[in-house]
Parts: sequence; structure tokens; C-alpha cells
Amino acid sequence: MNAVRNFVFARRGRAGKWHWTDIVTWIWLIGGTIIMFGPALWLISSSFKGPAQLAEFPPTLLPYVQEVAKVEGYDAPLPLYQVTQEDGSTRVMAEIRRIGTSAQMVDPANPEERVSVRLTDRQPVREVGLAINNYTDPFLAFDFMRYLGNSVFVTVMATLLTLLTNSMAAFALSKYRFKGRDAVMLLIVATLMVPLSVILVPLYSVVSSVGLLNSLWGVILPTIATPTGVFLLRQYMLTIPDELIEAARMDHASEWQIYWRIILPLAAPALAVLAIFSVVWRWNDFLWPLIVLSRRELYTLQIGLNTYAGELNVQWHYILAMTVVTMIPVVLVFIFLQRFITTGIAGAGIK
Amino acid sequence: MPLVLIARGLDPVLRLWQRCTGTGGMITFFLLPNMAIFGVFVIIPLVLNIIYSMTGGVDILLKDRSFIGLGQYGRLLECQDYLVSTTCREDQFWTAVRNTGTFVLFQVSLMVCVSMITALILNRKIAGRGFFRAVFFFPVLLSPVVVGLIWRWILQRQGLMNLIVTQLGFDPVVWLNDRFFAFSAAIGVSTWAHMGFYTLILLAGLQAIPKDLYEAAEMDATPASRVFWRITLPLLGPNLAVVLVLALIRGVQIFDEAYVLTGGGPGTSTLFITQYIYEVGFASFLRNPGLAAAASILMGLVLVVLTLIQLGLSRRAEKGNAR
Repeated sequence: MNAVRNFVFARRGRAGKWHWTDIVTWIWLIGGTIIMFGPALWLISSSFKGPAQLAEFPPTLLPYVQEVAKVEGYDAPLPLYQVTQEDGSTRVMAEIRRIGTSAQMVDPANPEERVSVRLTDRQPVREVGLAINNYTDPFLAFDFMRYLGNSVFVTVMATLLTLLTNSMAAFALSKYRFKGRDAVMLLIVATLMVPLSVILVPLYSVVSSVGLLNSLWGVILPTIATPTGVFLLRQYMLTIPDELIEAARMDHASEWQIYWRIILPLAAPALAVLAIFSVVWRWNDFLWPLIVLSRRELYTLQIGLNTYAGELNVQWHYILAMTVVTMIPVVLVFIFLQRFITTGIAGAGIK
Repeated sequence: MPLVLIARGLDPVLRLWQRCTGTGGMITFFLLPNMAIFGVFVIIPLVLNIIYSMTGGVDILLKDRSFIGLGQYGRLLECQDYLVSTTCREDQFWTAVRNTGTFVLFQVSLMVCVSMITALILNRKIAGRGFFRAVFFFPVLLSPVVVGLIWRWILQRQGLMNLIVTQLGFDPVVWLNDRFFAFSAAIGVSTWAHMGFYTLILLAGLQAIPKDLYEAAEMDATPASRVFWRITLPLLGPNLAVVLVLALIRGVQIFDEAYVLTGGGPGTSTLFITQYIYEVGFASFLRNPGLAAAASILMGLVLVVLTLIQLGLSRRAEKGNAR
């Protein structure tokens, strides 16, 4: 037990004494965990609340749903309320319909007797539960399914093409000597300096003149020649020994076979890192799709979400649920690949 | 695996190509897709941008536009008093410049402080270091739209922030309708979203500092504060500089999460340069692509200077880490 304690509270100074820096450390780490994860957890909890509960203040931590009961003589289940009677006692009743400021209610045990109750005299009976239809409705009522499909298409296609074009260029730049190689490298490094926001207007006109406006390919193509990708893959391929290539040439392998059969499999770790980054980048892209796509049926998730959230009458119960769905792929990446990423970033300094 | 079949099918074709053009032809083949895309979607737009910034009119296609020289720049820079944006011809541009400047000043200082403290803490011998390193990195992966919506939801009238505030005995506030709070929220939220990235760079720098230096300091019973100022900070210097400049470069371009969070409002209090370019070029009723291009070139010049500094610094930091 002591060993466990020593492990958990490993600290400066002599054993058994708390240095003030240990306290600061744990306050910072625990506070940090709450601040970093809290907002996302709050989003998830809120996404399971119904619209009435979302409008309440103060908000509850957990989602609740109103209890319903099947009452004899009524087809649909009726919502239950805690009704305060004139003598101060309370009883649970089911609502049949609302009429102005009062409601017609019935005792579930005694369906014959109808009572009129003022709305101020009753409280809904609730239990912890999930408003699942926040998630199911957008798939049916909105074009949510289509946005999801568009996002998946853009992400998968852009990532595959990024891996292919970047690895081909990286192969040429790492395994061949030719005139102008340094110039090409310099050009690629220089494009690091050109963020999208600087070339927004002319890029739009280029994409429009090649006829890719309002097309998912117009979103995909400008993003695939990432300088960071070429850079990362080239650095990795430089570590692959040239002897392997020489040996393959002896066996009459073509240059394409050398690339496809030898270099690509050996560069798999670097390709995996780039693939993860590319998936996160393309899934999260916002400004460029916002400009290229103006037809609703072509929106990606991010654009669709922003559009719904920008409407005059924001339907938060749907927005929150859709935000959670939008978050799922990156959360999966985070859960399964975080160790890979955090060490990869520190090594390559890419983002 | 259709990809494998395609690759195999390509082989005879490429063998022929290799026989006809030699290795040089293959190099061209390997470079071509990437460089063609670079050329069409980066280099050509870059050149076109300069031309755009010298033309007028509302048409987006270059052939419909008329040459007006440096008029767009003149319009952007025409100001009676550069400190008061309302005296400028393009008052929105100057508001955006001033907002971006203020934003960068506060956000970058906050970012460097917070990620520095976090990196120092994660560099200690603590249980679950890998877990906590991941914790601070989590928001980096979230999309700007998700980040903006999460915080819009927390800062709304019936939101979590008001729950906390009322529990502490204050009156609830509509945070994003208040100029000061909306601006602070943009700073705080963007710091929240990106600090994990900078923390990792600083952590890598901290771990590259030779351990024997600390052991020697411990032998001499050097006080912790002195160790920090005399060993940690000087040796971390290059990494710290990279973080500073990277944060500056990204801060100047702030757009998406702030745009989803506040939409530039209330009024123009969180209007930043990229949003100005986007609105003048595309979104507003009286769009002016030439003006947007000129503004983007001015921003680009600032970024080029910052990037050149960063490339120089990161080369030095790499040498430092390799030591």
C-alpha cells in the first residue's frame, strides 16, 4: 500500500514531506483535466436533454426525461406530473391535454375521473434518461446523413491522395539525385508560408475556372499537396538504406516497383502518422469548404453544423447531438492513437 | 484491394515509360502529381493574388476586372488618424487590424505562460504522465466548429458558466453579447483549443536538456528558482522562441473558432483580419475581391516575416535538441 502511495505521490524533496510544488502540480493537473474534458462532457450530457429541459435555468448535470404512464382508455402514453392539491398534499397524475393556463388531468389508477389543474400547481415527474430522438431526428428530418457522407468522402479521398502524391514526391526527393532537387525542396518549404487565408480570393477563382466550384473535388484537390506531409515522409525515407534499392535494381525491378513494393511498406510508420493527421485536418476543415460549397446538398458536417447553428431559431437539442456525432472520429483517434500522436508531434513539430 | 490491382496494372505502362525516358522520366513522374497541385493551387493563386489586388469591380473572374493600379492599397491605408479606426476610409479593416493586434498580444502571452507551466509540470516525475499529456492535447484534435459550438453552449444565457457564476453569488451575464466578455472568450477559447500543441513542443525541449546539469545543480544544493533561471530557461530558449513565433503566426490568422463562437460580434468587437477578408471577398452584399486580395497580401507580408523568423529559430532549436 505504501509503495502505491509513493508511486502516486512521487515528489520532490525527502520522502513523507509535501513540497508546495507538489500541491501546485496536482491542483494544476486535476484542474486542467476538468477544464479540458469538462466542456466536452457537458456537451455530451446536454445533447441527451430534451428542448424543454435545455431551456431551464439552472441546468441539471444529468439529462432527465419526463416519466409517462399508460392509462386505460388512451392510446398514447400520457406524461406524469406531481400535482399539489388545495390541502397541500401531492399526488401523481397524468396529463390529457392543456387548455390555456390549466390542464385536464387524470389519476392513472382511476381513469374515469378528470380534474382541471392550474399549470403553476404541478411539477413534471422526471427520471434520469436519454432523449435519444435528438440523435435520430436529424438523420431523418435534416440532410444530416448526406453531410456525414460528404465529410467521410472528402476525408477518405483527400487522405488517400495525400498519402499517394506526398509519398511519390518524397520518394523522388529522397532517393534520386537530380538537378534542381534543392530548388524543389525550397519551393515546398516556401509554400509553408502561404496559409489558405492569404490566397483565398485567387484560389477561389482558380477552382472556379477549372470547374470545381460546388463540387467535393474542389474541396479535396487544393488540400492534398501538403508541404508538411512531403517533409515528414522525406525525412523518414532518408533513413531507409539505399542498398535495398540497389539490390532491387539488380533484380530488374522497375522504379515504380521499388517505390510501391519496397519504399512504401518500409515507410509505413511515417505514412500512418501522416494518415492520422490528414484525417483530422480534413475532417475538421472549415474555411475552404465554406467558400467552395454553396449548395446545401454538398455541405460537409462542419459547414452544415455551422449553418444550423447560425439560424435565427437555433434548435440546440439537435445541434448539440450533431456536434457530438461530429466529434466522434477525432475522439476515437484520440483514444486509440494519442500516444502515437503526442510523441509524433513532439518529434516532427507538425500541426 | 482495388488499389493494389491498379498499382500492379500500372507497372507495365510505367516500365515502358521508364525505358523511353530513363530515370529522369521516372523522377518527373513521381514529382508531377504533387508539384502540379502545388503549382495550380498555391503558386498560381499567389501570383494571381498580386494581380487581383490591383484590379477593381465586383466580378470574381479576372477577365471581367479592370486594372486600377495600387488603388485598393490606397483605399485600405487611407486614414486621417491611424489610432482611431472611424477616421479611416475602410474603418472595418482598421477595426479588424486593431482587434487582431490586441488579440495576438493577449492570446500569445496567455498561451506561452499556460503551456510553459503545463510543460514544466508534465516534465516532473508524476504518476500518469502519459495520461495527463494526452489530457491537455485533447482539444487540439477537435474541429473549430465543435470548439466554437461547445463554448457557445457553455456561455449562453442558461449555460454552465452562468450556473457557476450564480452559485458564486453573482448575477448571470449574457457573455457573448458583451464586448469585453466576447473578446475575452475568443482569447480564452482559442488558448484552450491549442495550448496542448505548444505544451508538447516545450515538453520535448525540456526533455532534451541533459539530466547531468540538474544532477550537478543538486550536488551544489542550488535553489530551485536559480536552477530554473540559470539552466532550464536558457536551454529551453530556442524552443520557447519557436512556440512564441508559431503562436504569433497562428494568432494573426485567427478565424474559424472565433467566427463560430461570436460571428465577429457583438458589433465588430471580435472582427479579425481573416474574417474581414472572407466577408469582403465572398460573404458581404457589396463584395470586393480586389480589396480582399490587397488585405490578404498585407497580412501575408506580416506572416512571411514571422515565418522566416520561425524557420531560423527552429533550425537553432533542432541543433539544441540534437545536442
